[in-house]
Amino acid sequence: MALTIEEVRKIGQLARIELTKKEEKRHAETISAVLDYMKILNEVDTADVEPTCQVTGLEDVWREDVPLGCNIRTELIKQMPEVESNELVVPAVFE
Amino acid sequence: MEKLNELTIKQAQDDLKKKEFSSVELTEACLKRIKERNKDINAFITVCEESALEEAKKADEMLGQGIGGPLTGIPFCAKDSISTKNVRSTAAAKILDNYIPPFNATVIEKIRKQGGVLLGKNNCDTFGHGASNENSMYGSVRNPHDLDKVSGGSSGGTAASVADNMCVYGIAEDTGGSIRQPASFCGIAGLRPSYGRNSRYGIMPMASSLDTVGPMAKTVEDTAIIMEQIAGQDSLDATTVSGAVPEYTKILNKSIKGLRVGVPKEYYEAPGMDGEVLEITKLKIKKLEELGCEIVDVSLPHTKYAIAVYYIVVPCEVSSNLGRLDGVRYGVRVETDNLFDLYARSRAQGFHEEVKRRILIGTYALSAGYYDAYYKKAQQVRTLIRQDFDKVFKDVDVLIAPASPFPAFTIGEKVADPMQMYLADVFTTPAGLAGIPGLSVPGGKTKSGLPVGIQIMGPMMGEGVLLNIGSNIC
Repeated sequence: MALTIEEVRKIGQLARIELTKKEEKRHAETISAVLDYMKILNEVDTADVEPTCQVTGLEDVWREDVPLGCNIRTELIKQMPEVESNELVVPAVFE
Repeated sequence: MEKLNELTIKQAQDDLKKKEFSSVELTEACLKRIKERNKDINAFITVCEESALEEAKKADEMLGQGIGGPLTGIPFCAKDSISTKNVRSTAAAKILDNYIPPFNATVIEKIRKQGGVLLGKNNCDTFGHGASNENSMYGSVRNPHDLDKVSGGSSGGTAASVADNMCVYGIAEDTGGSIRQPASFCGIAGLRPSYGRNSRYGIMPMASSLDTVGPMAKTVEDTAIIMEQIAGQDSLDATTVSGAVPEYTKILNKSIKGLRVGVPKEYYEAPGMDGEVLEITKLKIKKLEELGCEIVDVSLPHTKYAIAVYYIVVPCEVSSNLGRLDGVRYGVRVETDNLFDLYARSRAQGFHEEVKRRILIGTYALSAGYYDAYYKKAQQVRTLIRQDFDKVFKDVDVLIAPASPFPAFTIGEKVADPMQMYLADVFTTPAGLAGIPGLSVPGGKTKSGLPVGIQIMGPMMGEGVLLNIGSNIC
């Protein structure tokens, strides 16, 4: 299945990754080759086969609802790209 | 005396206790080796000389007071996709070039708490996306056995630094072969534990339904020592299983007489299988036979679909997991005046080409109209791959196969063709998909001097038997 350059551009937008023209072309080619390889799975009869979402069989794992040490406010703020009065600065979300 | 940096954990433990040398001296020996060799091998992204020596000093105090644990005072390194408190952790991605985690991954916490000495952070394929360590934004890692060859990946830096004695041992991560394959290429031991055995809290995720964290070491015995310390349930990782951690070091070098060892034919008939790899593997099978094992031919019929399943499931989970990296709260931000461009440009500049490819594949495969054809189909075939293993482990105790169809390849050989690189994982992805453990141990060397690794796979939580067999054949 060949993926077009337009499709790559659209997926790039959905995934929030700006792509150059050269990248769009290379991803269209390489991803098409990968998707082509995936066709091998069509050989397998999977009617009535349950999908595997996890391998441990664990369900509904609970822990005590107690506060844990998370007093790392200063360290977290230090990691922020832009800070003003101890608050994270981002471009306007609403216009 | 042997050079201190060449010691195993077992040797260093005994000598540290006897005060033959101090942790500071041992740490200095490793740091000296890193200084001499890292410029050629490029196994480290960050070396923390100052803090390592401080930690070693503290460890010496602990040793003086007779407190600590088996890893006290022993210098180690960790893959850069594992969070280490106060030590930069980039996952070999420029988007995290300035990121200093305010917390330790649980496995790292367990080691540092008992006085383990963190030497630095290892280069890797960025976020684990690769099989040669060429997909790093900090340059390729070179194989210490031949600098023109790849180290394997994605935990190539950890494998190379253990093999080249720049550290005593390493902690790395395996999703579809990232511990086992570089261990094989660099001639060391590496264990992918069962999914759920070790906590992944603080491990930067690739594919959450497959990711595991485990040891890379100079000997099987060291691998067992590390596992005893890092394994176990963790309230911070709900996928960890309960129950006591076996005393792995106490079940080494025990008789393996009567064990049934399966030889899965699909692994031996794989296209592109190297003749010398096959020969070395057969020698180890013969050794098992001499030790009293019963060798049984078995079949895992869905093996040939593993790569296709893996490269659908993994990119889907990657596209979701890496959504958190957007330049907003931490990491490197590209400043723009609108939010969309901030995301799109920070991710464009901060992600490697292969990361972008996987996010794009995942975004496509999960989008409306394609979900059933790709993700659901892959997860269904994943069930059949698991059932192959379930069936075969009713008949045999373990499986033996090469860790890779070929020894380390030349740098640049496969990097232009992503599909060729994906196929390099052919012998390690099935265990990853099934969640079962796999141990890669040194099997021997090719005529040109490249290591060949043998992979022993076992049922869920079967690490003990793998380590025992490994200790018998190395």
